[in-house]
Amino acid sequence: MDKFEVLTGVAAPLPMINVDTDMIIPKQFLKTIKRTGLGKSLFFEMRYDDAGNEIPEFVLNKPAYRNAKILVAGANFGCGSSREHAPWSILDFGIRCVIAPSFADIFYNNCFKNGILPIKAPQEVCDKLMKAADNGANATFTVDLKAQEIHTPDGEVVSFDVDEFRRHCLLNGLDDIGLTLVKKPKIDAYEADRKATQPWV
Amino acid sequence: MTAPRTLFDKIWDNHLVDRQEDGTCLIYIDRHLVHEVTSPQAFEGLALTGRKVHRPEQTLAVADHNVPTTDRSAGITEPESKLQVDTLEANGKAFGIRVFGMSDERQGIVHIVGPEQGFTLPGMTIVCGDSHTSTHGAFGSLAFGIGTSEVEHVLATQTLVQAPAKNMRIRVEGKLPKGATAKDIVLKIISVLGTAGGTGYVIEYAGEAIRNLSMEGRMTICNMSIEGGARAGLIAPDETTFAYVKGRPMAPKAEDWDKAVLYWMSLHTDEGAHFDKEIVIDAAEIIPQVTWGTSPEDVVPITGSVPNPDDAADEGKAKAMRRSLEYMGLKAGQKIEEVKIDRVFIGSCTNGRIEDLRAAASVAKGRKVDPSVKAMVVPGSGLVKHQAEAEGLDAIFREAGFEWREPGCSMCLAMNADKLEPGERCASTSNRNFEGRQGRGGRTHLVSPEIAVASAITGYLTDVRKFLA
Repeated sequence: MDKFEVLTGVAAPLPMINVDTDMIIPKQFLKTIKRTGLGKSLFFEMRYDDAGNEIPEFVLNKPAYRNAKILVAGANFGCGSSREHAPWSILDFGIRCVIAPSFADIFYNNCFKNGILPIKAPQEVCDKLMKAADNGANATFTVDLKAQEIHTPDGEVVSFDVDEFRRHCLLNGLDDIGLTLVKKPKIDAYEADRKATQPWV
Repeated sequence: MTAPRTLFDKIWDNHLVDRQEDGTCLIYIDRHLVHEVTSPQAFEGLALTGRKVHRPEQTLAVADHNVPTTDRSAGITEPESKLQVDTLEANGKAFGIRVFGMSDERQGIVHIVGPEQGFTLPGMTIVCGDSHTSTHGAFGSLAFGIGTSEVEHVLATQTLVQAPAKNMRIRVEGKLPKGATAKDIVLKIISVLGTAGGTGYVIEYAGEAIRNLSMEGRMTICNMSIEGGARAGLIAPDETTFAYVKGRPMAPKAEDWDKAVLYWMSLHTDEGAHFDKEIVIDAAEIIPQVTWGTSPEDVVPITGSVPNPDDAADEGKAKAMRRSLEYMGLKAGQKIEEVKIDRVFIGSCTNGRIEDLRAAASVAKGRKVDPSVKAMVVPGSGLVKHQAEAEGLDAIFREAGFEWREPGCSMCLAMNADKLEPGERCASTSNRNFEGRQGRGGRTHLVSPEIAVASAITGYLTDVRKFLA
């Protein structure tokens, strides 16, 4: 997993609540057996018309936001299914940070496993950032995970909270499985104990 | 004397392998269900790092999302779907995991197969790369959906890194009125809670109306916990649970059974245990429900009307409502029972079990699907299908004009050939009414199996109570 330290890039505004995982990446793209290549299908139904042509009004199709690295969205972002194809498609598009008032649990979790930083910020802060993101090509934010700060184009600095362990893993690009396998003796001991006390499991 | 604990606390404590100083926990996973869509990248990850599956016997794999529900004798014709299903079988062989293949009569939707086989047991931790894993909470097990990276983590270590959830209890007190079902209870709950109301919580469902439900009904409730934002829902195990589990192929036997039941009987919330949030719903007020919009919280009684965005609590919600109305082709104030439908889908992990099919057949018996409607019944598993056929339910459906299909997820998410055409409107017993969920431009109304059948008969969203004696 790539480390996440400081990210500078254009922030795209998506002022919608309850953006679900079917909107992020519809089911026809879940047939892949790879993690990569999903970026072109991100937000497919909002991004392309029935003939497969880009819908110019959609934010990521606008020239200023085609290379966005940050997304500012409404509450309950990522609700619905557990498909990790959602963060994979966001990452493959080039977005590494999503800012919203709230996230659905599974999506939120999945982001960290893929080097994406989801930032929960209060509604009024999100409203402000949404407005700043509306500035097109001038909407360049800097997200500093070490300092836990977002710097907006007009010089404003907003601090944010993130779980300490998850921050540590993102900053260092750590692989969860490797970390857990260090605890293998504890897992073995747990299994031995369970076998004795709850043999039916 | 330990402090009183909730059911969730008890299961959590029993599965704690390690607790870091910052509160992050490593919890043990007893059972892991795997399907073809969210697992290939996890197995690939293991292969790339040379890791093995730590406890292959604790994982069960079955293809469900992509399988055709029509004749399967020629296999899958769609090449991408075929590749995913073949990949699942190949990974099963390579990593020593049991796979119920497409021709196995036990094949079906993972969340129907697990309980059916006795793979799902009370007090366990159960995960699957699928958000409707919450279904298994009906047995008093902590069951939740995970992403593919976590699927890989469970395969490699049989554990997960988790922070404990907050506790919520929803009590549904009193008796359900005629025509109301478990589906109506859970739709009502989501309308009260909101689609994000359960975020960060595990919900324990309790109260007389919940205790009176069969295991099938309890599974329907827990299944849709995720539609209220909660990763998991729980119902304390009781005699109904034990009677369902006993004798299932993978359930404990003989002495182990007695020991297990003794332990399972301790799995209830202690008197005085703390809940971070508590909601009480009066069952008597639950009349059959239907969704009008594109979020599962967009619920109205079948006797009601499409709501007006001008009445929304805030501008964000009003905007979402206007978008929903446009997508759904509905107008504020329109009577729900005057909404014409084109399709009916009965099935899914929410309502694809034998009891659902019995309930649907009881309304369909001796009646005909309106000629303007295309209606299908997709049993949740091969065993459900066989049971239904043994009871003659397939004949009732066929005579009424329903298609009788092979088991799978089918038009709940429309990954296979079963999907809505743009603009088509469907009364569906599934769990999500998101834009495009059942096919691009498709319009979904979530309902109980009984309402689905009543609507198939009239061609309009219909209150099933009109058909009840």
